Amino acid sequence: MHRIGDAPKVRRALVSAAVILSALFLLLPLVAIFAQAFSAGADVFWRNITQPDTLSAIGLTLFITVLTIPVNLVFGVALAWLVTRFRFPGRRLLQTLIDIPFAVSPVVAGLVYLLLYGRNGWIGGWLDTHDIQLMFAWPGILMVTIFVTCPFVARELIPLMQAQGSRDEEAAVTLGASGWTLFRRVTLPNIRWALLYGVILTNARAVGEFGAVSVVSGAIRGQTNTLPLHVELLYQDYNTVGAFASASLLALIALLTLATKAGLEWRAARREA
Amino acid sequence: MITLAQMTGSTPKRVLPGFGLSLGISLTFVSLVLLLPMTSLVGQLSGLSLAEYWAIITEGRVVASYVVTVGAAAVAALVNAAFGLLMAWVLVRYEFPGKRLLDALMDLPFALPTAVAGITLATLYSSNGWMGQLLAPTGLQVAYTWVGIALAMAFTSIPFVVRTVQPILEDMPVQVDEAALTLGASDGTAFRRVILPHLWPALVTGTGLAFVRSLGEFGAIIFIAGNTPYETEITSLMIFVKLQEYDYVGASAIASVVLATSLVLLLAINLWQGRFIKRLHGGKG
Amino acid sequence: MLRNAASRRLIGTAVIAALGAGVVTPVVAAEREILNSSYDIARELFAAINPEFIEWWQQEHGEEVAIKQSHGGSSAQARAIIQGLRADVVTYNQVTDVQALADEGLVAEDWQNQFENNASPYYSTTAFLVRKGNPKGIESWDDLAREDIELVFPNPKTSGNGRYTYLAAWSFADNAFDGDEEKIKNFMRTFLRNVVVFDTGGRGATTSFIERGMGDVLISFESEVNNIRGEYGSEDYEVVVPPVSILAEFPVAVVEPNAERNGNADLARGYLDYLYTEEAQRLLAGFNYRVHDETVVEEFSDEFPETELLRVEDYFGSWNEAMETHFGGGGMLDQLQRR
Repeated sequence: MHRIGDAPKVRRALVSAAVILSALFLLLPLVAIFAQAFSAGADVFWRNITQPDTLSAIGLTLFITVLTIPVNLVFGVALAWLVTRFRFPGRRLLQTLIDIPFAVSPVVAGLVYLLLYGRNGWIGGWLDTHDIQLMFAWPGILMVTIFVTCPFVARELIPLMQAQGSRDEEAAVTLGASGWTLFRRVTLPNIRWALLYGVILTNARAVGEFGAVSVVSGAIRGQTNTLPLHVELLYQDYNTVGAFASASLLALIALLTLATKAGLEWRAARREA
Repeated sequence: MITLAQMTGSTPKRVLPGFGLSLGISLTFVSLVLLLPMTSLVGQLSGLSLAEYWAIITEGRVVASYVVTVGAAAVAALVNAAFGLLMAWVLVRYEFPGKRLLDALMDLPFALPTAVAGITLATLYSSNGWMGQLLAPTGLQVAYTWVGIALAMAFTSIPFVVRTVQPILEDMPVQVDEAALTLGASDGTAFRRVILPHLWPALVTGTGLAFVRSLGEFGAIIFIAGNTPYETEITSLMIFVKLQEYDYVGASAIASVVLATSLVLLLAINLWQGRFIKRLHGGKG
Repeated sequence: MLRNAASRRLIGTAVIAALGAGVVTPVVAAEREILNSSYDIARELFAAINPEFIEWWQQEHGEEVAIKQSHGGSSAQARAIIQGLRADVVTYNQVTDVQALADEGLVAEDWQNQFENNASPYYSTTAFLVRKGNPKGIESWDDLAREDIELVFPNPKTSGNGRYTYLAAWSFADNAFDGDEEKIKNFMRTFLRNVVVFDTGGRGATTSFIERGMGDVLISFESEVNNIRGEYGSEDYEVVVPPVSILAEFPVAVVEPNAERNGNADLARGYLDYLYTEEAQRLLAGFNYRVHDETVVEEFSDEFPETELLRVEDYFGSWNEAMETHFGGGGMLDQLQRR
């Protein structure tokens, strides 16, 4: 069976171009990070990442990420289902609104939350008198992280679900499938990879978010300092090796997530074969 | 053409369940997480007269920053459109050693805190960095110039195009290729006439998102930009400067320009996408 | 179903990771703790001072206390407190940022009288870092406005460090040209045009100068240029302290409403008082800051060259006036940089 672009020459040219460009554009920065992280030797690297402040930053970052993902997953699926399966007035507007986080500079995103929930904000003032602290504590970090990452799952699902159409689902409904069964048995198998991509992007962005979090975190060491903030702090403090050691952890978390995805795909492919 | 028919498959009326539930979740989320915080931005601006607002957003240095930002973001988005299309194609259509690694690499820019990306890029592309030395003979200076800004923007928005095009390409049945090629078209023609139109909505969306993301980027850029007034200052830096001066109103005013521009662009993309799909639908149905 | 099992396992892993996160979060044993909101490059300084203070407090009061630190750009740090970060004390490198807190009623109106020396337990000035052998022969501010000189210092719009540099150059020119405003402006225009990169903060400027090899001179706090020289090798760089420069104060204050709310009023005050003790002053001098304690000044006299330090208040009226006339939108800096 012949497919477009299958000729060996085309194929080789395209693959080499892709590999070379990616190596220059993406791999090289990655290598540079690890090179810096290990530039003073493995034991210095280890000492840097096992410092209590670094460990607590890792813990906080993972904690925030783990809470962010399910929230965005539910929202993303609900929204994608809504805008691709139904027609109603304001559909396009809704679809555009979820892109707000892409349109807002992260620093501004943090700022609007601060202006609302901070001590001088109209909700924040009330919270302050009731001694509830959202900003400069982990709930604030969670809130802005959800804000910044919420488009990813929906954004991955919408084009795909649009392209796939709802023929399968309609058939299932005709056959008497109930809502939940329909979603689980018909929709989910069709969108699972897009869903997984969405989660992975959410995860990656949540782990790495800096601008918005820096505004609402307060950067209290050992308490509200996330890993990206910790990188910045170490860098400002002339501890370049320490900064890059922490940065390499972020890169590593990303690579691990991606490896998990690859592993799942591979197993699924084998099961199906 | 099965796929074209599939693409058009928006349902006429509510046959499917879950309208109320998904509407409820979506609206609650959008109102609480997205719209409510935005009201504080509007609140800041409400104290300004129109003339004051206009004066802030048309100040000479700020206008110069719009030009720099939009220009660099456009270049970055176009570069990403080409690169993203290439990567999506190669990752979906070909098998080769190291493919998994390459695939994984694509999401890296989202995972790195932007400041780390900025520092790393500045290190690589400064005149004594690995890439800087390589480029020195060509006379192309990247770090501390406009090119550096575009580079940082392109880097941070790589995943957008790749990840929007990839699933569509994956979903495209073999029959599309076969049909096109049986009709005797060359690979190039078949790609242009059959595959590309199919990918068009995703490609435009991805490129648009990359562009919009670049407009707001800050952390990755400031380290490599040089920040010379009127030449290499980006709009986000102008916002940052206002914040440093405790001028929330000024910061909100400039931020509102970026926000409005981005939202209009995103709305345009979404409307265009809708029309595009409808046109296909009209043509075939 | 495979994908469900798989995704469940994925979630399981994530949850375990989160639980692990909970375990590694350090448990604080002390009864009372205060939060010190400080500037970004003071992490190691306070990492050295805090254990000494804790021991001192234990001896004096028999109480076990703990200090938490928050570091960031000092304007951003002050903004956070205004918006509700419950810091008990601030230790900044910008008078204006403490003043911003005073304007909000978060520190005493007369905060500069609450502690000695304008509530500035240590101070510094603006100095130059040049490359080995000082090839361009830079000695003072007038050398920096020569045609053949390239400068690196952070953007005065975003960095307090950059603001000091600008003000130092201006007050030097003010002296040199006897207040002739046209001449001062001409000097400043050339001076600003010589800047090859305007990083947003002091650290970015250092990186541009050292690691990217940009410029002939890096201008920063004296404490910073000394730290940088220590960090990047004393063979490759030289520190030049100009004969005339500006006084850079490092102000401290108790954030009273927060300290009272946290029941820490005495502890917060005690912490800042401690910074004036001989012991703390010696630590500070070790980090290349100039201090007031006479014994310590004597000990470190070799390290800090005699230099005439000009006060911002004497040349610009007050910090608020300097901020408004020079750094505000459309102010002097904008005019000087206009094309």
